[in-house]
Amino acid sequence: MNRFAELLDRLAYEPSRNGKLRLLAHYFRTTGDPDRGYALAALTGALSFTNAKPALIRGLIAERVDPVLFGLSYDYVGDLSETVALLWPAANVPAQNDTDRRNAERNTLSDIVETLAATGKVQLPRTIALLLDRLDEKGRWALLKLITGGLRIGVSARLAKTALATLRDCEVNEIEDIWPGLSPPYLPLFAWLDGHGERPASDTAAQFRTPMLAHAIEDKDFAALDPADHVAEWKWDGIRVQAAAGVGADGIRIARLYSRTGEDVSAAFPDLIDMLVDARFGDAALDGELLILRDGRVQSFSVLQQRLNRKTVSAKLLLDYPAHIRAYDLLYDNGEDLRPLPFAERRKRLEAFVARATNERLDLSPRIAFASWDELAAARADPRSAGAGEDAEAVEGVMLKRADGPYLPGRPKGQWWKWKRDPFVLDAVLMYAQRGHGKRSSFYSDYTFGLWRKGSAGDEIVPVGKAYFGFTDDELKQLDRYVRDHTTNRFGPVREVAATVDEGLVLEVAFEGVQRSTRHKSGVAMRFPRISRIRWDKPSRDADKLETLEGLIAVSE
Amino acid sequence: MAAPILTLAPEGLYCPAGDFHIDPMRPVPRALITHGHADHAGAGHGAVMATPETLAIMALRYGEGFARSQQIAGLGETVQVGGASVSFHPAGHVLGSAQIAVTQGSEKIVVSGDYKRAADPTCLPFELVACDIFITEATFGLPIFHHPAAAAEVAKLLESVAMFPERTHLIGAYSLGKAQRLAALIRQAGWDRPLYIHGAMDKLMGFYAAQGVALGEVIKVADTGRAKLPGEIVLCPPSSVGDAWSRRFADPVACFASGWMRTRARARQRGVELPLIVSDHADWAELTATIRETGCREVWVTHGEADALVHWAGTQGIGAMPLHMLGYGDEDEAVDQTVQPA
Repeated sequence: MNRFAELLDRLAYEPSRNGKLRLLAHYFRTTGDPDRGYALAALTGALSFTNAKPALIRGLIAERVDPVLFGLSYDYVGDLSETVALLWPAANVPAQNDTDRRNAERNTLSDIVETLAATGKVQLPRTIALLLDRLDEKGRWALLKLITGGLRIGVSARLAKTALATLRDCEVNEIEDIWPGLSPPYLPLFAWLDGHGERPASDTAAQFRTPMLAHAIEDKDFAALDPADHVAEWKWDGIRVQAAAGVGADGIRIARLYSRTGEDVSAAFPDLIDMLVDARFGDAALDGELLILRDGRVQSFSVLQQRLNRKTVSAKLLLDYPAHIRAYDLLYDNGEDLRPLPFAERRKRLEAFVARATNERLDLSPRIAFASWDELAAARADPRSAGAGEDAEAVEGVMLKRADGPYLPGRPKGQWWKWKRDPFVLDAVLMYAQRGHGKRSSFYSDYTFGLWRKGSAGDEIVPVGKAYFGFTDDELKQLDRYVRDHTTNRFGPVREVAATVDEGLVLEVAFEGVQRSTRHKSGVAMRFPRISRIRWDKPSRDADKLETLEGLIAVSE
Repeated sequence: MAAPILTLAPEGLYCPAGDFHIDPMRPVPRALITHGHADHAGAGHGAVMATPETLAIMALRYGEGFARSQQIAGLGETVQVGGASVSFHPAGHVLGSAQIAVTQGSEKIVVSGDYKRAADPTCLPFELVACDIFITEATFGLPIFHHPAAAAEVAKLLESVAMFPERTHLIGAYSLGKAQRLAALIRQAGWDRPLYIHGAMDKLMGFYAAQGVALGEVIKVADTGRAKLPGEIVLCPPSSVGDAWSRRFADPVACFASGWMRTRARARQRGVELPLIVSDHADWAELTATIRETGCREVWVTHGEADALVHWAGTQGIGAMPLHMLGYGDEDEAVDQTVQPA
């Protein structure tokens, strides 16, 4: 447990992705089985301890610490696991019976996982208390994080698998391919990674296939491309998903919905899973956009957001926010891997598939007819008249795909392009700056900016958003210098800079859309804001008004 | 009931019988000072009484004329000041730090100033003084605060230095006390390469060395030219870790030596990659043990997390009163007075 706790602790403080990969790979390389397998399970969310609820932990600490002191401590720390780990009294109570003693001696991660799995609900508090007695603070923190779920240490399942891939110097996709057939503690996987075992067979039923991604197209790219070689579709403002279904080894139909990164989001979309487990869907995997459709109309991204990041969903939510898949590719169909086929061929198979599946929650991503780049540019500028109709507001650009290209995992060059709609742009005034993390820890690199509005005491600047990229390294240095030279107030890592009619720095902010928000003082929230230009030349009084931004809500919603 | 020995005046704790203040936050005619940190030792008083080390530190910070007159307090010596008798006793906080005991008739109050019970190679250990009323700080007055052995934290630092030889370890440490203690501990752990320091620490480092604290070879970063110092240890005021100054080093690992590093949120908020829990203040166990050991019937809490300590004292049958003295703080969180704006 100590090694695992040490790993979690280091990961929690490590700001860089490469640093995290290094720590993970080092752990997997130097830790034995089955501990590393259980650690992998914990990191990929494959472990769950349903009976270990926060209430149980609170109950245990209430027996040991004065409630007033616990309350004050919890207020200060803000995290239950950490508070309990820090407050847990050092144990000097001898184990009380043989079972206790045996359990107390078992301290590795796998011992703990196996002990907890074998412990009934009634016995669980006592078992957890004994474990906490045996561990140091770091170990207690790690154990509590582990059993209450949600490690929240900035490591995705994908990152953990990427670290695994370095053990064998293979592509992470190879691990994704076999992942669905594996279970903790992953002994065959590690044997293969270590080079003394067969590659585990992939259980292809409802497995995730690494998606193919597009490059952003630039003006200069068009010269080398022939419109006749390409197919265009709308780029929908939803969530990229992969829907897969098949028959498992036990003969039972399984269906899964994956995010772009391979995260299994099935639990949040029972309405779509219902469609996928239906036998008419067959043994298939398709690539498409998750959207919310009401009366056949695509809803805005802010509507879709109501369905995201949920572990479970209520019946009301399902009714009010009906999920839908707009399919644009077919990767697998009744035992056949379609990925090597040219896009045009896959498209025909997809059309047939959607027709066969006949489900109101599934439709086909329409093609955009065009004969020249100018025609496509016109469609992109006005999706409404180019076929998107009422759904035009949910279009965020066009996708361009080589008709003869196979489906390749990752972001291959020269195959798929995204040509996004031009962003919205506003001139805002810099109000606050916060220091960044990792390499940027000495730079004020996160900028809060505002727009003018009429206040009770005359014109005032109200914060509307925050951006931390879009500028070059040189511009970052200039901005950092500006912030340090114009600070009017400090709040911990945050500096307030002068932002008045006479003084202030204007930032040109580009963003993809705007929606109403009750969480922001201004009442609006921008999507994907970034600094597109620093307007050293522009006086702050000439920056844009909040009403201009509000006026865009209708356009983007 | 007799007149109280100490009262709470706007300037700080005041002794009517002796007509003096202890650690006043504004200039007063006569001040007794527990230790040299800026929130306790201000300039501009009439007469100042403190240990020789504290007087020397004040002179270093404010110049020789920091007060109209100075009086050396010998540790353990009882001196009559007006109608009160006063004695100074080691507090174990930083070099020269003292508790001040004030006795009037049969009643004794001890003003601890800031203190710790853990061993520190740079100053005398805390001396327990039995008293009727004990005035304590509560900077780390929550039961979550436990300062582990400082040597183990330094071992953690040296392990990290060995693991990342291509990077500079940049440690935020308060210029008076923490920096020297850390330097001494790093030496005790066997690190024999030079230690590099921010220029703001130079005077106090020199002072500690002159007082016989073994700090080894200490080099100002400014004297190394443009060296990036990979694999080296650099000490600087906490505010400099995230400052433009830190950019000269080789991919620095941001470290911070403070009792606050006990909680993750605090460490991450400051962008710390390697938190070192090293504190010159008493942790919860030390605070509660000290209050009990003094045998006091009443404890007054000057500053910090007073609520929990006052609650605890109540459960122990000890009278407790928070003083809510706003001027005092923890030096790790204060703007380091020794750093001159660029």
